[in-house]
Amino acid sequence: MTQPGSEADPLRVAIIGSGPAAFYAADHLLKQPGLVVKVDMFDRLPTPYGLVRAGVAPDHQKIKSVTKIFDQVAGNPRFRFFGLVEYGKDISLDELKQYYHQILFATGAQTDRRMGIPGEDLIGSHPATAFVAWYNGHPDFRDYEFDLTQERVAVVGVGNVAMDVARILSLTPAELAATDIADYALEALSKSKVKEVYLLGRRGPAQAAFTNPEIKEFGELEGAEVRVLPEEAELDPLSKADLEASQDRTTIKKVEIIQSYAHEKPSGKPRTLVLRFLVSPVELIGNAAGHVVAMRLVKNVLYATEAGTLSPKATAQFEELPVGMVFRSVGYRGVDLPGIPFNERWGVILNQKGRVLNPETQHPLTGLYTSGWIKRGPSGVIGTNKPDSVETVTCMLEDLATGEYIHAAQPEQADIEELVRTRQPQYVSYADWKRIDALEVKEGQAQGRPRVKYTRVADILKALGR
Amino acid sequence: MKLQTILATKGKKVLTIRPEQPVKEAISVLVQYNIGALVVVDEDGRPIGIISERDVIHEAAHNDAVLTQMIGEVMTTKLITGTPHDDIHSVGQTMTDRRIRHVPIVEDGKLVGIVSIGDVVKTQLQEYEGTIDTLQTQVQASPGK
Repeated sequence: MTQPGSEADPLRVAIIGSGPAAFYAADHLLKQPGLVVKVDMFDRLPTPYGLVRAGVAPDHQKIKSVTKIFDQVAGNPRFRFFGLVEYGKDISLDELKQYYHQILFATGAQTDRRMGIPGEDLIGSHPATAFVAWYNGHPDFRDYEFDLTQERVAVVGVGNVAMDVARILSLTPAELAATDIADYALEALSKSKVKEVYLLGRRGPAQAAFTNPEIKEFGELEGAEVRVLPEEAELDPLSKADLEASQDRTTIKKVEIIQSYAHEKPSGKPRTLVLRFLVSPVELIGNAAGHVVAMRLVKNVLYATEAGTLSPKATAQFEELPVGMVFRSVGYRGVDLPGIPFNERWGVILNQKGRVLNPETQHPLTGLYTSGWIKRGPSGVIGTNKPDSVETVTCMLEDLATGEYIHAAQPEQADIEELVRTRQPQYVSYADWKRIDALEVKEGQAQGRPRVKYTRVADILKALGR
Repeated sequence: MKLQTILATKGKKVLTIRPEQPVKEAISVLVQYNIGALVVVDEDGRPIGIISERDVIHEAAHNDAVLTQMIGEVMTTKLITGTPHDDIHSVGQTMTDRRIRHVPIVEDGKLVGIVSIGDVVKTQLQEYEGTIDTLQTQVQASPGK
């Protein structure tokens, strides 16, 4: 028996999702020497790139330049994109198995973790991801409303999403106008009354998840100054000893930057970004109308776990922080997909090195794979998905060689395009997307911006003349 | 990055063994699954020790009957455990400092996985590779370059 992978019988792979993990996997598959692979990529949105379009902050255009690499991948004649086609709704697993030898899920981590504290669902308390999706013009979130008449806002967490949210809230209208932020968000944020933004870290400066460029960028904002309480900028004895032992230069630099903010004199800029350390919210306090008006914080101290991590432990010291809006950014998790075993504990597809496992036997399910955040959980930068996807594709190639793939009924003759057309006649091809892309960039040029995004599916279809 | 990033791609099954089993059985499991250590658990599934290739070698150096010896007599009982929320870098540091190669991971009193020094190195390498790749992409996109 010969394996698929020849001109006459190409290996056919379906990829669900079109973010970085999806494109890196497609790239690695299409680059295999001597193997003919056809890749079809499906996304429930009409536009590709996942979080590069809907997550990466609009003032970080350089990070978005990775789409040029994705564009090259998509330029391969053996690659197709089916936008606006949702797995589990427009097309099922059993149907995909009729057409493909291998199916890879790269759907990311789509929901946020909750803080698990009283008052979390008060009006004015939001997941940070909803705000991010809103300002980035995600069609599902564009009609959300955020009360930007509030003067004091808290962002819980100090990871990159928390940093993005705090920074976007602090940019001046002129700074925002130079980005590809969604039009309606630009308008709303230009009228924002926000004066103080609090970023709350559970641990100390040495454990903060943000990167050095991210924290330095705070100090370079036009209309906002950074404040750190001098006592919170000081390292506790455990962190100090840890840092002295490791001599980790990145962390030493990070602590230096944070401490420099603690000793800066007020510059009189209209907004303040307050970076707090060693505090955890324990309750959101509401008024009679059910709106957030304050947050109760507990002071933490650090202790070393058995395995050596410095972890936070609550003290009996509390404080109340008056805030009118709260964004939680304390972690993300994947959403389970129909027919695919899910590991509830980690919020990922049940997998081993990217091979989807049968939950009963813990053996691989033939032909099913995963990569990216839905495989390992949300971690790393965009590039981290490359080695991650390479690992999965390596498994796919190993399994192909041993004959472990889906023996699709009619992989070549009956083309999936016909089925897609009956289920989603409005599906968006990559050529369609490139037309949308050109229109967005053109509109951006007219306004002196990188691009002006379409934020409604209907508008995209209209622009395509449908 | 947290240890749970490592555990997420290792499936759900955690191989364990009981202290009253002979060392020979531990060796066959180690060989069968191509792994370096097994967590030893009591009747409630709680980790009470770990048996590694190294433990077996050390015992064999002075005991010809090592294969029939009970695992409980050979295993390492001074156990360092982690949680899924431990930082990968801190755990890597601890493993290097204390010269241990495997850390059982426990959550809410239950054994949920095991992390080897190989897992830690692999994940850190992926993290660095990813960061370099992203930085390169950005540098190439910079105007004037």
